[in-house]
Amino acid sequence: MSRLGERFETLAADGRKALNTYIVAGDPSPEVTVPAMHALVRGGADLIELGVPFSDPEAEGPTIQAGIERALAHDVTLADVLDMMSAFRSDDRDTPVVLMGYLNPFLRMGYEAFCKRAAHAGVDGIIVVNLPAEEAGTFRGALHRRHMDLVLLVAPTTTAERAAYIAAQGSGFLYYVSYKGVTGARRADARAVAKRLTEVRAAARGLPVLVGFGIKDGASAAGIAPHADGVVVGSALVETMGCTAAASIPDRLQAQVREIRDALN
Amino acid sequence: MPSSNRIPYEAPTEEGRFGDYGGRFVAETLIHALDELTRLYVSVSQDPGFQAALAQELKDYVGRPTPLYRADRLTEHAGGARIYLKREDLNHTGAHKINNTVGQAMLASRMGKTRLIAETGAGQHGVATATVAARLGLECQVYMGSEDIARQSINVYRMKLLGAEVVPVNAGSRTLKDAMNEAMRDWVTNVDNTHYIIGSVAGPHPYPMLVRDFQAVIGQEARDQCLAAEGRLPDLLVACVGGGSNAMGLFYPFVDDDGVDIVGVEAGGEGLATGRHAAPLNAGTPGVLHGSHTYLMDDSSGQIVETHSVSAGLDYPGVGPEHAYWKDLGRARYTSVDDDEALAAFRVLNQTEGIMPALESSHAVAWTLREAARRPPEDIILVNLSGRGDKDIHTVAGIDGIEV
Ligand SMILES: Cc1ncc(COP(=O)(O)O)c(C=O)c1O
Repeated sequence: MSRLGERFETLAADGRKALNTYIVAGDPSPEVTVPAMHALVRGGADLIELGVPFSDPEAEGPTIQAGIERALAHDVTLADVLDMMSAFRSDDRDTPVVLMGYLNPFLRMGYEAFCKRAAHAGVDGIIVVNLPAEEAGTFRGALHRRHMDLVLLVAPTTTAERAAYIAAQGSGFLYYVSYKGVTGARRADARAVAKRLTEVRAAARGLPVLVGFGIKDGASAAGIAPHADGVVVGSALVETMGCTAAASIPDRLQAQVREIRDALN
Repeated sequence: MPSSNRIPYEAPTEEGRFGDYGGRFVAETLIHALDELTRLYVSVSQDPGFQAALAQELKDYVGRPTPLYRADRLTEHAGGARIYLKREDLNHTGAHKINNTVGQAMLASRMGKTRLIAETGAGQHGVATATVAARLGLECQVYMGSEDIARQSINVYRMKLLGAEVVPVNAGSRTLKDAMNEAMRDWVTNVDNTHYIIGSVAGPHPYPMLVRDFQAVIGQEARDQCLAAEGRLPDLLVACVGGGSNAMGLFYPFVDDDGVDIVGVEAGGEGLATGRHAAPLNAGTPGVLHGSHTYLMDDSSGQIVETHSVSAGLDYPGVGPEHAYWKDLGRARYTSVDDDEALAAFRVLNQTEGIMPALESSHAVAWTLREAARRPPEDIILVNLSGRGDKDIHTVAGIDGIEV
């Protein structure tokens, strides 16, 4: 079991919802990332989703696109992200970290080479936005051999039958995208999500379901959380990264995550 | 002439695979729409009513069939093989792009979609989409990189006249690839009422297949026309390759004709050696971009790199997956022509035949001039003249230092 499995067992035993927080590796500059990750944990994040910068992030809205561009201005590569992971792990052995990105950088490094280096760096799983379940077999095999999870996504347009198929292919958790659209575009609609999640959780057969897209603060997190196993907050944190002086980023992030964590408890 | 013991070519697979290439690498939100489109397309491709309506539309609205024109003075200029031009420049709106948009707009109507979106580089696909949207009374938004908006201003204005909204894209390299990212983002958001008309044989399955099939009318006509004019098939087919739709449209109906050589011409930009080009099949590696696994131009860490071509329609770092497959199979050969050679060919065709080619098509003409000189007069080369060059007058005048 990866750290993800252990973390979800603990959360379930404590009756708590998972708070998963997303930032872009290298945003706004590479030396900020590891301190920022520790700040997320101090604020109460249960999981970290670390974005791997890619030149053509076709599912991101303007906020995360801007974060990725800030990182790419420093030529942050997948290899750099793995180095940041190793640095994070030297001080935090417990918090699960999932890399989130687009397929081409992983493909370019090679699935085997990536998995070997990622396992060594302490990565627990990956989410690849443009890798639907049908195309994921080879990568999943390589990840599983190194005890890492491939987290798959379910969308509002996914049929119930397909959601079950996706849940069976994925591991770690199932990521439910709360609305049709790009990241950060609008608020998640708690009623629509609640309606759909009954079906998705049945399809998930015990795999934890986290809801992402449109969760910006404590209020929106608290509205969604009762219907899921946890929530993902992304654009709101990346927004902070973009408008805060580097030295103040850890404190600002910690306070922002704390507000959401408190609302969830 | 298919040899009797050969299995006829069949691709893609049901999963949209052309060998190792193609597939469906998109956000989960779009899978349902792609499934729906695939199901509809498979059903209409066997529906004589749909096929008859499409044929009628191509005849009455697009102006098909386009001529196969024997270019005697161009042949004389090259000094070798006989050159024929397939005149896609004579289509309504001035390029092959409308063959596809007419077909896809009919699919959109069948799905009850009220809004069309498209990406465009040279603006020809945007114009062709805006045109069919006007014809069917559908709402239309076209995404276009701001660099392309500057260099293809005539087409931008044409789209506006047609009632479409042109949305400038300022991300990344501000060209076709960025326009395609933005169109995908729109589609993810508005998938319920919107059909995305991809303009080339690129993107996730079923697009490479259905755009190929809608463009195959080019090759079907050219094959019949060549048989009628010469009593035999051509020795060589030549077309420029951006995403690869005019090329695949010409090539595909000849795939089982083993005696017919096939050459695709990519944009060499400032020269392959400079790295400033748009020639993924010549100088790229397989990877994943815009929904499919195919050759593309990326750096050693997998970031897509900026491309360069004088021709906006070829200025794209990827290529349709079926071309990647044909390259590996050896069924087609892919070469490149740089900006200067394409511009020279643009002038030659103007002055020998009184035909102004698009800068994209000029790449195919340029390589043909080289190749024809090496071949005997008995050989027949059939070139796809994918579009006309009116849209490029500003670019060429600018290079000449003239303001028009
Ligand atoms: C006239 C013309 N030819 C060729 C192309 C390149 O596209 P494709 O390779 O899909 O034919 C374009 C694209 O804009 C075009 O306008």
